[in-house]
Amino acid sequence: MGVRVQHEAFDPGAELNALHQTNTGVGAVVGFVGYVRDFNDGLEVRGMLLEHYPGMTEKALDKIVLEAAQRWPLLKLEILHRVGALEPGEPIVFVGVASAHRQAAFQACDFVMDYLKTRAPFWKKENTEDGPRWVQGRESDEQAAQRWE
Amino acid sequence: MNCKVLYFARYRELLGVAEEVVKGEFANVETLLEFLILRGDREVLGEKGLMCARNQEMCGLNEPLLDGDEVAFFPTVTGG
Repeated sequence: MGVRVQHEAFDPGAELNALHQTNTGVGAVVGFVGYVRDFNDGLEVRGMLLEHYPGMTEKALDKIVLEAAQRWPLLKLEILHRVGALEPGEPIVFVGVASAHRQAAFQACDFVMDYLKTRAPFWKKENTEDGPRWVQGRESDEQAAQRWE
Repeated sequence: MNCKVLYFARYRELLGVAEEVVKGEFANVETLLEFLILRGDREVLGEKGLMCARNQEMCGLNEPLLDGDEVAFFPTVTGG
């Protein structure tokens, strides 16, 4: 189980492969990769700046990992989230889950993303064709997270 | 009591400050927030989607405060 918050780019394929390499009890690996889109809310996006709350970010992600591990029988769970300047096409976030059977891995990955989007202190500022703007939180994200209550 | 107050993202930009020490008697986060709003930050901190954390953990406005606590106010989070 691990949490990483970093400026550096990462290789989603390598992250996914690492989830089963050291454990032959793993029967299922589910990975989610979030990317920077070049378009959002009607405007072209040329890049983005990801701000976070150092200290709290790691604690919030640790808490989400712990909660997922309590709900499902997981063999491995990795969260990697980037901060700083990002360009369209670059990966922002990786969540990878390994378990013996697929249901736990699918559900835990879904859960982690829903909680991460609503409970981890990250904020996106887009550089659009009309200038910079802060991304607004979505009600649908909060509703998605509430499914797990 | 002293509270270290942090602001993030849009709030930090609009208030023009990332952190400050606020002195006063604050029973909970809501009392502190009311103080900041009355001080003149209503435009920013009075918004409906405001989120808060005490000592780096998400909390509600009724969260009690102690001397030396770190309190953060920020807009709805948008990571992932």
